[in-house]
Amino acid sequence: MGKNNLKICSDLEDIMPPEYRELVASATYGKENRGWKDIGSAKELIEEHSLCAGCPEAIAFRYVLASLPNPEDTVMVGSTGCTSLVFPHVAVHNIHSLFGNQNAVASGLKRALKLRFPDREKDVVVLAGDGATVDIGLDMTLQAWFRQEKFTTICFDNELYANTGGQESGLTQKGFVMKMAPQGKQFNKVRMPEIARESGCAYVAILTVSKPNLVERVLKNAVLIARTIGPTYIQIYTPCILEIGKQSMEGLQEMRDAEGPNDRFAFREFITDEAKAFLADMDEKKKAAAAAKIGTAAPAGVK
Amino acid sequence: MAGNNNRSIGAVNKKGQKIVEPEYLFFEAPRQEFFMTGSEIVKEAIRRASVDISVAYPITPQSEAAALVGELWTEGYVGDYFRGENEFAVMSQCAGASFGGARVFTTTSGPGTLRAFENFPMWSGARLPILINVMVRGVNSPLNIQPDTLEMAFLLDTGMLIWHAETAQELFDMLLKGFIVAEQPDVHLPIAVCIDGFFVSHTKEMVSLTGTDICLPHYDPYRSPVPCMDMEAPPMRMMRDPFVMKSNYISYATHASWQQEVRGAVERARKYSVRYLGGMIEEENSDADILIVSSGTAVAQGREAVRLLAEEGIKVGIVRIKSIRPFPTEELRQATKNARLIFVPEFNVSGWMAREIKSTIDRNHRVIAGPHVAGGMTMPPEIIAEEIKKVMHLRKKELVHG
Repeated sequence: MGKNNLKICSDLEDIMPPEYRELVASATYGKENRGWKDIGSAKELIEEHSLCAGCPEAIAFRYVLASLPNPEDTVMVGSTGCTSLVFPHVAVHNIHSLFGNQNAVASGLKRALKLRFPDREKDVVVLAGDGATVDIGLDMTLQAWFRQEKFTTICFDNELYANTGGQESGLTQKGFVMKMAPQGKQFNKVRMPEIARESGCAYVAILTVSKPNLVERVLKNAVLIARTIGPTYIQIYTPCILEIGKQSMEGLQEMRDAEGPNDRFAFREFITDEAKAFLADMDEKKKAAAAAKIGTAAPAGVK
Repeated sequence: MAGNNNRSIGAVNKKGQKIVEPEYLFFEAPRQEFFMTGSEIVKEAIRRASVDISVAYPITPQSEAAALVGELWTEGYVGDYFRGENEFAVMSQCAGASFGGARVFTTTSGPGTLRAFENFPMWSGARLPILINVMVRGVNSPLNIQPDTLEMAFLLDTGMLIWHAETAQELFDMLLKGFIVAEQPDVHLPIAVCIDGFFVSHTKEMVSLTGTDICLPHYDPYRSPVPCMDMEAPPMRMMRDPFVMKSNYISYATHASWQQEVRGAVERARKYSVRYLGGMIEEENSDADILIVSSGTAVAQGREAVRLLAEEGIKVGIVRIKSIRPFPTEELRQATKNARLIFVPEFNVSGWMAREIKSTIDRNHRVIAGPHVAGGMTMPPEIIAEEIKKVMHLRKKELVHG
């Protein structure tokens, strides 16, 4: 879908909600090099959200949506959880079907889109919480990777079941006392990035959202590699400030405190040689295109 | 429609099949006789069905049919095909493909149906016109792979359309017609075409098939009453507040009205089912005092019992139910209005079909829930005949003493 598909019938213009009119007038569909810096100046793909004030998941959601390389041809698949409270506000097609089946839905979806649009890129991006990705949906998460399904899986890791009220998940830290872990969690945080790497992901990253530049770079890598090479996985720390007893303004510091060199969210990337070569090649082409552009001396302001 | 093929009526697909009007394929196209198993019939129906994607998983007795559909993919008749990791995942993969605008076919049996179960009401609620061929089998435990229709009872209130084929011939026709009914814009619901495992899937019979040179038109996802998730239409912010977990009147009313709409869509399938199946029921001597009313191969056994009883001078009629959702309410009331006794033979322990019939017709003390057998036991016509004679005798006594 190009931006020119996004129109409002003139007779209905005055009754359309203001955010929809704004979306039509100034969405970033089709904008080259769209990124997190568009937030605030262009129409965002997410309007309001119904998460808690100061929830890091909300800002992570904004960065992710702002960084999608091709939102006009991207379909997202969610799962049950706090993210499913945001998806109804998101201006790309998105699917919620059941809890935990997101990677199975995305497998069928990606194949259908590939079949129906053989000459176009239709990106599929899964965004689900740690319960959906690592507990109830683990088999489908892994099997999609084993099968080399070409889409990106994003896990918003808040280290617990937030939406149901703070129960232990596979990504909770060992020893943490939570609901359903009244004596503290008995086993280690599941090492999902390593599992992803061993399960066949071409690109894996674990990070927080304290640095929007990094989120943008990682997200673009993941979507472009998934499109061309194979499955990719991003795990993002989105602490549940409510359940860990923090204030609304403390989310950012919580993320910073969790990403020191020896901390569990220290930035790590696994990338296959094939994916590395693909990114290098893409960089080369971009540089060459930029050089060619300077060479033709296009007048300023003309794209 | 994106893609590189001309998909209009009269066009020829990459396998050299001419795309024809469904009515032509169903009712007019020349047919030829073959001797085939039910599983082979699935392959032949899907060969002619312009299916985009099929996902498979092994479970007896549907494994052979599911594998044969894989051969069709290799031959180029099906767009994409793979083995999923379990039935819950398979039905979710089917959902994803259907959300993306594909025509989707899959198969399952017994425990697989139950493992997949959370998906079925989701399919209906999301208005995904997936066709699933359910080859019914006993539900564990103890372990059992034999035919048993219990799993169909679980499907009754999912909002899916449910048809029950008695023979391989009917399976062929229902598989093709099922797509066309399920995909009608005013229906647009998933459909389960059920057969009795082994009895139909693994036995051979004469079947009359249309040529391999014609096929159904493709599914057009832009006739769907809900948006296709392919980003070809502008996305809508569906709501300013997500309904999920909002405890307010609007959210309750939205959910309630959508569930009613799904049931409404099941009702709207009635006219198409009548047209394509030639009626929701099939009657043989339904003016008789005594009727056998059921679906699937239980009716085939009933037909033999009718023959046995006729030799003894007892006249029994048959009403066979072809569409279970929507249920042939009016048809059954009419067909049974003069019957004194209505027997419902079933291949399951619970007698759910008898319950359905009892809740539909008046004077339902006439309904005898049985005989039913379960767990793969066969139902010889003799036990149906015996049951009928036993009840006739008892009721006569009741009249004498009553």
